[in-house]
Amino acid sequence: MKLNSVKEILASVHKGETTAADWAKASLDAVRKVDGELEAFLTVDEDAALSRAKATTTGQGVLAGVPYALKDNICTQGMLTTAASRILENYIPPYNATVANLLNDAGGVLIGKTNLDEFAMGSTTETSAFKKTKNPYAKGRVPGGSSGGSAAAVAAGIVPFALGSDTGGSIRQPAAFCGVFGLKPTYGRVSRYGLIAFASSLDQIGPFTNTAEDAAIVMNAISGYDKYDSTSAKVEREDFTQDLELGVKGLRIGIVRNLPEEGLNPAVKQAVDAAIRKLEGEGATVVEVDLPHSEYAVATYYLIAPAEASSNLSRYDGVRFGRRAEAKSMIDMFEQSRSQGFGMEVKRRIIIGTYALSSGYYDAYYKRAQQMRTLIRRDYEQAFEQCDVILMPTTPTTAFPFGEKSDDPLAMYLNDIYTIPANLAGIPGASVPCGFVDGLPVGLQVLAKPFAERTILRVAHAYEQVRDFSWPQPELGVAE
Amino acid sequence: MKITEETVSHVARLARLAMPEAERSLLAPQLNDILEYAASLQQVDLEGVPPTSHPFEQTNVLREDEVRPSLSRDAALANAPETEDGQVRVPAVLEGGGGA
Repeated sequence: MKLNSVKEILASVHKGETTAADWAKASLDAVRKVDGELEAFLTVDEDAALSRAKATTTGQGVLAGVPYALKDNICTQGMLTTAASRILENYIPPYNATVANLLNDAGGVLIGKTNLDEFAMGSTTETSAFKKTKNPYAKGRVPGGSSGGSAAAVAAGIVPFALGSDTGGSIRQPAAFCGVFGLKPTYGRVSRYGLIAFASSLDQIGPFTNTAEDAAIVMNAISGYDKYDSTSAKVEREDFTQDLELGVKGLRIGIVRNLPEEGLNPAVKQAVDAAIRKLEGEGATVVEVDLPHSEYAVATYYLIAPAEASSNLSRYDGVRFGRRAEAKSMIDMFEQSRSQGFGMEVKRRIIIGTYALSSGYYDAYYKRAQQMRTLIRRDYEQAFEQCDVILMPTTPTTAFPFGEKSDDPLAMYLNDIYTIPANLAGIPGASVPCGFVDGLPVGLQVLAKPFAERTILRVAHAYEQVRDFSWPQPELGVAE
Repeated sequence: MKITEETVSHVARLARLAMPEAERSLLAPQLNDILEYAASLQQVDLEGVPPTSHPFEQTNVLREDEVRPSLSRDAALANAPETEDGQVRVPAVLEGGGGA
């Protein structure tokens, strides 16, 4: 039983050839077989998964019988939700995130919660307080982050889909590093109620799958207005599978003139260029567009995101939930609980953010970053007047070895150069596997204007039908 | 704009984050690098550009303030580190002051 296709599992359950329980068991078997070494999961609740699977009747719901995983910053009622942080290591939410309810209602079967960088802050999943998730294609290398556990779980064939969250690339970058499809929807498209907040003007939940079509199926289940999320977009529900087969004839592909190429591995560039030529071969036309403020995106992001994080994370004070340190006074208790509960990357961002917001620096840092954000957003608005999608690499390099960048935060942040602008502009973006370099996956990033996920899925699906590079077996994964 | 250990110390206090000396000395040069990098924003003319606080124009979402079911007291307190008589218990608010 291969756990790599949402579409095929749905068809099989629908026809009565297999049951939800069969798939849940297969997925739990895969966890036992692979996850000891892969370490993608923080929590697996076998009993809950099996009883949930038994309760799922054949053919009911758009994801009936399909096993899945959730990033551990998405709240699950009665099930540990840690954000990979010591400060939440015993936190059991009293409620479900909206996406968890929607997936339940759709007949999905939750297998477990996946590892991430602490509070989703990181690009490697190394800042997790609990585990080091491996890259399924090279166990000495990082899976990317922050949703590294979700990407690795799908790449290793443990679940056919998983949800992650993307604040500056945390879905697209690990998707690229692990050779799976990852979609960050438009800001507001998927409810964030029950997502442990990192940077609220940037965070967005989205799916990891093996194909664009599977992502469209999952999007049909999780997107839509939610009265519990005040930033949720009031747009009509749509069928994300509807444009998949339209092809790319006549579509305009934008490629960026003067894209910053510092640190871009030439072999990654080659793979992306080859993918663009494939799409041209299918009838798309290529136009050059300008994104003149691209070079400022990383600086802008690493002021705005920590500023919002420093505010969001002020709730972890040891009072109502989470870790509490013993102390004589209240203030001491706050300071010690936070000091013991947060890891270094989280502390670093709290300090940067608090500094950028503090009196005397607010105008010089935070406000200027917000003004630059306006220019970056306008760059994209103007570019999308000339094209339907913009294509570029998801990341400058393939997955790097553990520890390579962990002592140099700035070098780590620069790795996010191609993914950050979509969050600043609020637009949707996906990463599609487009080749391998030295056995490591490369991601093609597909960006579109707000609420044009269908165009992204259409382009990605068209590309998936014609891509023809050889695809190695993952080192850590369920053997075929 | 040199970030010293004292700066880190001051900001950590603002953030209610106790910070041991070893962490301060690690963070100070790193924050310097990051803020120096961010200084590229100082070189751009941003006069008159409106700030973006949110990707799309949104207005506050308000609802009627009506009584409706919510978490039970037990559920709301289930994750609290210390409770007493159905309430969250905390250490003394004022150092050397009276009870909680």
